[in-house]
Amino acid sequence: MIRLVPRSTASTFWQVATPVMAVLATMIAGGVLFAIMGHDPVTAIRTIFWDPLFGPAAAYSRPQLLVKAAPLILIASGLAIGFRAGIWNIGAEGQYIIGGLTGGAVALAAYPSEGAWIFPAMVIAGAAGGWAWGMIPALLRNWFGASEILVSLMLVYVAQRVAAWMAFGPMKNPEGFGFPGSRNLQQYPAASNPELIAGTGAHWGVVAAAVAVLVTWVLVSRHIRGFHIRAAGSAPRAARFAGVNPATLVAFCLGLSGALAGMAGLFEVAGPAGQITDKLGTGYGFTAIIVAFLGRLHPVGILLAGLLLALTYIGGELAQLTMQLPAATVQVFQGMLLFFLLGFDVLTRFRIQRKGQS
Amino acid sequence: MIDPLSVFLLLLSASTPILFAALGELIAERAGILNLGVEGMMITGALAGFAAAYATGNPFIGFLVAALAGAAISLLYTVLTQVFLANQVASGLALTLFGLGLAAMFGKPFEGVKAPPMPDGPFGINWIVWLGLLMVPVIWWFLNRTRRGLILRAVGENHEAAHALGYDVRLTRTAAIAFGGAMAGIGGAFISIATVLQWTEGMTAGAGWIALAIVVFSSWTAFGVLAGAWLFGGVTVLQLRLQAAEVDVPVQLLSMAPYLATIIVLVLISARQTYSRKAGGAAPGSLGNNFHALR
Amino acid sequence: MQRRTLLASASAILMALAVPAMAQDEPLKVGFIYVGPVGDGGWTFQHDQARQAVEAEYGDRVETTFIESVPEGADAERALTQLALAGNKLIFATSFGFMDPVMNVAAKFPDVKFEHATGYKQAENVATYDARFYEGRAVTGTIAGHMTKSNKIGYIGSFPIPEVIQGINSSYIHAKKVNPDVEMKVVWAYSWFDPAKEADAASALLAEGVDVILQHTDSTAPLAKAQEAGAIGFGQASDMAAFKPSPRVASIIDEWSPYYIKRVGQMLDGTWESGASWAGIGEGEVVIGEITDAVPAEVKAEAEALRDKIGAGKYHPFTGPLNKADGSEWLAEGETAPDSDLQSMNFFVEGITAQIPQ
Repeated sequence: MIRLVPRSTASTFWQVATPVMAVLATMIAGGVLFAIMGHDPVTAIRTIFWDPLFGPAAAYSRPQLLVKAAPLILIASGLAIGFRAGIWNIGAEGQYIIGGLTGGAVALAAYPSEGAWIFPAMVIAGAAGGWAWGMIPALLRNWFGASEILVSLMLVYVAQRVAAWMAFGPMKNPEGFGFPGSRNLQQYPAASNPELIAGTGAHWGVVAAAVAVLVTWVLVSRHIRGFHIRAAGSAPRAARFAGVNPATLVAFCLGLSGALAGMAGLFEVAGPAGQITDKLGTGYGFTAIIVAFLGRLHPVGILLAGLLLALTYIGGELAQLTMQLPAATVQVFQGMLLFFLLGFDVLTRFRIQRKGQS
Repeated sequence: MIDPLSVFLLLLSASTPILFAALGELIAERAGILNLGVEGMMITGALAGFAAAYATGNPFIGFLVAALAGAAISLLYTVLTQVFLANQVASGLALTLFGLGLAAMFGKPFEGVKAPPMPDGPFGINWIVWLGLLMVPVIWWFLNRTRRGLILRAVGENHEAAHALGYDVRLTRTAAIAFGGAMAGIGGAFISIATVLQWTEGMTAGAGWIALAIVVFSSWTAFGVLAGAWLFGGVTVLQLRLQAAEVDVPVQLLSMAPYLATIIVLVLISARQTYSRKAGGAAPGSLGNNFHALR
Repeated sequence: MQRRTLLASASAILMALAVPAMAQDEPLKVGFIYVGPVGDGGWTFQHDQARQAVEAEYGDRVETTFIESVPEGADAERALTQLALAGNKLIFATSFGFMDPVMNVAAKFPDVKFEHATGYKQAENVATYDARFYEGRAVTGTIAGHMTKSNKIGYIGSFPIPEVIQGINSSYIHAKKVNPDVEMKVVWAYSWFDPAKEADAASALLAEGVDVILQHTDSTAPLAKAQEAGAIGFGQASDMAAFKPSPRVASIIDEWSPYYIKRVGQMLDGTWESGASWAGIGEGEVVIGEITDAVPAEVKAEAEALRDKIGAGKYHPFTGPLNKADGSEWLAEGETAPDSDLQSMNFFVEGITAQIPQ
């Protein structure tokens, strides 16, 4: 028999090795899957992992990786802070939607006036919207002891219905022939979030994601609050004696992750998505939870995990396009990748021992 | 005028899929497992059940197979969270993604064919609806009146203590997850076999997520789940019914209401526990946390 | 070895990109993006059937590819770009929500032609197409008016948008024509495809005393409910033949193949031009599926006569005198509805007592 023994600190070697092993395992298992489904496994794996980076249309798809990864990284950076402290915000999807709505509302209210203040105001409104939506579970936990996991999850459903209400009602494009959905902000220069340098894909959301990675890195490794967060996560009682106020920490973590998710929502609404629709939430908030864990809750890990997931999305599309691989098969493949990444992670936190050894 | 009995009959059948899924998730959560993979397990059951019902011509075999398939796919989640100690939230999300993809992939041959007819149960109400209603007291009895139910709750409330008392935390949780999968599978199959009579991709359309909300609304009790399923199902039925009766209803606001109600219920029970230290009603103490035995 | 095949295939694709698609030996590449899965049995399924019809028609002269389950918004823009980069010269975008992404991508690829379903924005290289589903609904409405015994017919709408409102009005007008006592109940599901909810919607209508259900949502759930209650209904989007001969007594099928074959043909001989196509029964785009023997022969004959009259262009389903629900005059005696009125239709005709949600 074997048993798992926890490591006192996560193994650096395994932290690097496990994602590689997981990706390799996925390639093998996925290859078998593709072969069973009657597709050439080598071509399929190459199309998903290689072609988006180095394939014939890579000049286009490389920047798209940033576009797809940016919201995931931005949201996951905030979530990871809370997760480290044992504060479980799983409602980032809702905060993302509300941020998109509040930020978008500023633009729709300002339309058609032009002004340099509009876009910054939208970003602030988006962050504030996400922050406020994140503060609801924070306050309910602090005041009443209600689980922030469950409250934040419930608020996702509420946010989805608010988005539908807005898209069909107050925010509907008055020139849209009765179709649901707001004006397209891409066609409203003062409010749009365009590509900053042509051909790079980088819009303000990408910049914000990069900043978020840096700031959260400094926060967790250098700042006193980072110490509090780590302390609260590993030894909550001791942290209290060390002067950590748990209520402040809850509010800080949920507020921060909410604000980042809200900003991500706004950047998406003003940029790639372009408008507020009832389908504003496309699951970035949930996928970001996976990204946070795949990234081991570390800013750099999150950066890489976000890019990896974006790679499989874009590669999956390419596989549909060039090999006529059904979307479902790609989805199963992505599921496998997540399973392997989550499963192999055990090696970074535990040592495997034979029973009887000490 | 709207006849309350007719609304109630609609409600019974409309709430059945979410009732099954939520009862299963209730057992999992009482054992300390927060499985966000309900949607993935439901769609697996919807396909497997439909396929079996279609192949055998017997809808009841379909439901049986759906339960087995739901339990089988939940094993993936068990391996991740109980063996590899992966985070429950992330694993559940991965399970949903995987299940939706898997069902779509294997569902191709079953597109466009129709399920065998289902015989009516007593009072013209579907047998599976009756089964769902029956499961409510059964699960209540199991949780509150049996030794195994006690162990399950102990594991969910405080896995360290349960372990110290000699209970097998991992085995209990594995069983609870599998039960949750089986119930979700039946719930999904109700949609394909009894409601739509066909298989189509993505046909559960988010019912698994509603089931998660219902468990919270229930304050983790079996009868609470029934009330929650009726509330969530009821709001949909009622708003559609009011529309049909040409009463002007704010659809989006109304459909938001049960979720807000759930938050209020959660706050009330949490506040009661926080301020008056009354046990019971609140979330299981170890919900969402993995257990690793050090000894 | 692997690397070499990789480079070889990469250069092959590059060459395919470089060679003009008009060269005789190169097949014309035609791309499709779908909003749902091919297996939805409804909207997307029908578009994919038409894609296959294009392949069957032109054989080696065309090569088609599709990407399914593409969310509207940012992902659509990327999928469209990927299709264009992969050398597709004609791209069909089959959902209203792809409208702005199509316009954006079309601007970047002036030599690629785009066809956007159900939208209202055109460009030099962007054509729009839609089907006059309301023509078919006139036929099903006629059958419904004859078949109802309770004089109550029900309509499950997806979203309150012009296309759906046209269908409700057309059904009602023609049911009323053959049965002056008929009443129409309308329920909005706020979804194109949600089987459980559609079943609930059907049940709600049945409880209201309705015995004929018309639907503008894609699942068979309403038919299943109708069967339980001894009521009848109609196939929507696809034939839904599994529910023949009753409850499915007829169906209204989206048949895109005539249009797709025509447009691909125009690409092949170089006569493609932008435009807005809105074709109906006459062009074979809206097809009435077999009217089963559950319908009395004389009703069937009447319905088929109406179908043929509309198809021959001798009758317009919206012919005056018609008033709006608020009592104001819409069309005078003998006047037919201009397309512009239909495309922005946001009112019910006189006699429908339900309200359109705002």
